[in-house]
Amino acid sequence: MKREIWKGSEAIAEAAIRAGCRGFFGYPITPQNEIPEYMSVRMPAAGGVFVQAESELAAINMVYGAAACGVRAMTSSSSPGVSLKQEGISYMAGAELPGVIVNVMRGGPGLGSIQPAQGDYYQATRGGGNGDYRTVVLAPASLQEAADLMFEAFDIADQYRNPVVVLVDGLIAQMMEPIVWKEHPGRPLPEKTWAADGRRGRAHNNFVTSLFMDAPDCEAHNLALLEKYKAIEANECRWEELMLDDAELVLVAYGTPSRVAQTAVEHLRSQNIKAGVFRPITLWPFPYARLREIAAQPQVKRFMAVEMSTGQMVDDVNLAVAGQKPVAFYGRCGGVIPHVSEIEGAVLAAWKEGL
Amino acid sequence: MDGGLWITESRLTVVVGHFGSGKTEFSVNLAVALGKSGRPFALADLDLVDPYFCSRTCEDVLRSSGGRLIARSQRCFDADVPSVPPEVMTLLDSQELFGVLDVGGDASGARVLARYRDPLIRCGARVLCVVNGNRPLTHTPEQAAAYIRDIQQACGLAVTGLVNNTHLCGQTQLEDILEGNQLCRTLSARLNIPLTCTAVPEHLAGQAAGLLPRVFPMKLYLKKPWELPLPEKEEI
Repeated sequence: MKREIWKGSEAIAEAAIRAGCRGFFGYPITPQNEIPEYMSVRMPAAGGVFVQAESELAAINMVYGAAACGVRAMTSSSSPGVSLKQEGISYMAGAELPGVIVNVMRGGPGLGSIQPAQGDYYQATRGGGNGDYRTVVLAPASLQEAADLMFEAFDIADQYRNPVVVLVDGLIAQMMEPIVWKEHPGRPLPEKTWAADGRRGRAHNNFVTSLFMDAPDCEAHNLALLEKYKAIEANECRWEELMLDDAELVLVAYGTPSRVAQTAVEHLRSQNIKAGVFRPITLWPFPYARLREIAAQPQVKRFMAVEMSTGQMVDDVNLAVAGQKPVAFYGRCGGVIPHVSEIEGAVLAAWKEGL
Repeated sequence: MDGGLWITESRLTVVVGHFGSGKTEFSVNLAVALGKSGRPFALADLDLVDPYFCSRTCEDVLRSSGGRLIARSQRCFDADVPSVPPEVMTLLDSQELFGVLDVGGDASGARVLARYRDPLIRCGARVLCVVNGNRPLTHTPEQAAAYIRDIQQACGLAVTGLVNNTHLCGQTQLEDILEGNQLCRTLSARLNIPLTCTAVPEHLAGQAAGLLPRVFPMKLYLKKPWELPLPEKEEI
């Protein structure tokens, strides 16, 4: 199959269209403007709807509306814009609406910087809006993976009727890499019999809401959501293990830092330091069980989380490792990408400490 | 390799093209080549649309080649504040300083040139359009021609030369370059714009030079963070 060179944002947008997305609603913000730009050209040609909304709040609520009608819909933004969308995401989770939200993370908090960062991990994995809900969070580390995961994102959203967040840092969206467009047969999905798409001969109107007037009803709804989240945890966990077979030191990283960590590990191995990389691909559900198994292996001496934040995913690493082995952390933040040599230095320091 | 005479054919070179065609990589390499030819040179970063992978991050390369960077204030390097550096006019007014103007992608990126249209025409600046046949929206002559038309319309300048820069980042093979050459030759004949050169990663330049005229060997300066060469070994 022909390899083509794509920019991250464009690949994400094109993959969404190929995955059957027919509604894009967004508002510009750096560093992801190429997603709406690309959508504005390609979406109408694909027979879908592109709307540059008046705000991020409007955009996410348009996704809610389109999803309620049974359309595959998405929005994209960068950190401050995604903060604005949290109310809509909570409403979608409450109303059990599928939809995809792409967050191209930049430095924060507040307006922060326009350079790549990973400070939205808590927001994405813990739910930045109100209430007991979860969003599935997919974190690609290459453009091929980003393109492939967009298909999965829409399928997961439809299967579980839940919003899915695709979480990348700005570099992934802005860089160029070769990709191949693969066939995605997809998974068997239930029909959207719940969609508010007209009466269609039904005895009743379909009604989409997150409002429950009675507390016991609302509790029952929450418990039903919980069952769904348990199913997602059981079925949708993904990760990648690089050079872990004999690794004594395990770096845990996602997105850009995982690529930098991989180069650092290759270099460390040439110095006879047995390091490897554990890369969560789903940040929620986080691959706790597998990481716990790895922590139990006798040759594994310690862990180090590497992030472009002051330390957020490291909490999940600690929950997984559960005190079996020490967990260190190395991070840069605000839009600064850690250098290969910095990670190497941090690993060597942790290594010496462990001797 | 044709002695690289085309490199100094024109005092000013404006580099335009589709997003991701490799304009910046080509611009930096052209500037370095001007330095090697002994010409005083400057590279102006006029990319107002893309904040990442810009020529303003290559200042050290330009300086070590004896040239300089013209870019918006260092303090605003990472800011989302589009502005053009006033020093661009010194490049246009100069008689002897060679210059490369690295412009943002697509018509939206080329629009900034409209502001310099008259002096650029007065200077006889050439406008090179970089084409990457592996980019999804420019891999047919029709698509590439449409981009060139839009870019010309946005900046009010005619493209005077094509640069075949068909690549796959670090994974480029000779076939990619040859396929891109076919595309650019068709485009060249259709639009009556000469093919100025074929930009080729250094390690393939020897092979390509046996098959194509005007091969321009390129070093890749805009690396991803994990591709950076490790610095000299330090005490840790």
